[in-house]
Amino acid sequence: MRRVIGLVLLLVLAAFLVSGMLLVHPFGNPSPTDMDDYIIENAQNQTGSNSVVASVVFDYRGLDTLGEATILFTAVTGVLLLLRAQKRKEESS
Amino acid sequence: MLSKIVRTVANQLVLFILIFGLYVIAHGHLTPGGGFQGGAVVVSGVVMLLVAFSSHDLKKSLRERVLTIMESTGALIFAILGFAGLGTVFFYNFLVGSPIFGRVPPTGPGPGDFWTGGFIPLMNFAVGLKVIAGLSAVVLAIALFARGEEMEE
Repeated sequence: MRRVIGLVLLLVLAAFLVSGMLLVHPFGNPSPTDMDDYIIENAQNQTGSNSVVASVVFDYRGLDTLGEATILFTAVTGVLLLLRAQKRKEESS
Repeated sequence: MLSKIVRTVANQLVLFILIFGLYVIAHGHLTPGGGFQGGAVVVSGVVMLLVAFSSHDLKKSLRERVLTIMESTGALIFAILGFAGLGTVFFYNFLVGSPIFGRVPPTGPGPGDFWTGGFIPLMNFAVGLKVIAGLSAVVLAIALFARGEEMEE
């Protein structure tokens, strides 16, 4: 019974994946959106950066990068704290 | 600690890795790359030193306090730059048109001028500082933990 359910789920997933693969845009021809066109046209004038990706990462979507930096900060803090706590615990026991 | 050949080659190679990483950070607003990527390149040099030499030797030059201060400075510069343009909007690029990194390149493909980009190069430096210090501290702490040691203050 479990195998049958698994097989059905697998077929459904495969159908979704195949349909998604067939419906995807052709390479190099994405569906245009207003935001893409706006950023491509105005990024160099507004931010002065030749790399449009950098202007998106640090200027248009700077808040995302702030969150990314916070994640890194938290990860580093967690690693340093955890490894130290382990040491102290071994010493005391 | 590995053999003398490996140690010598690592000693020579780490300079080039550092220069390449700093290049990627400094040219983040002109070429692919930026603070995160260049910082990761620099940290790969640190990892090479960790493999070639022992973490016991490296912990004397990479002290925890220095790395912590470096990372906090990077985060602080980033947040301050984000808040500095708050008169218009959060993360407003207020340096465009100013004498510091203020030039505006012509629209379209071009060779790129280093003195452009507004606060994006400064952001890249801040993030690069943060990534270098943070990932170095993590890698060194894990390597020292495997030996049962602890980072020096």
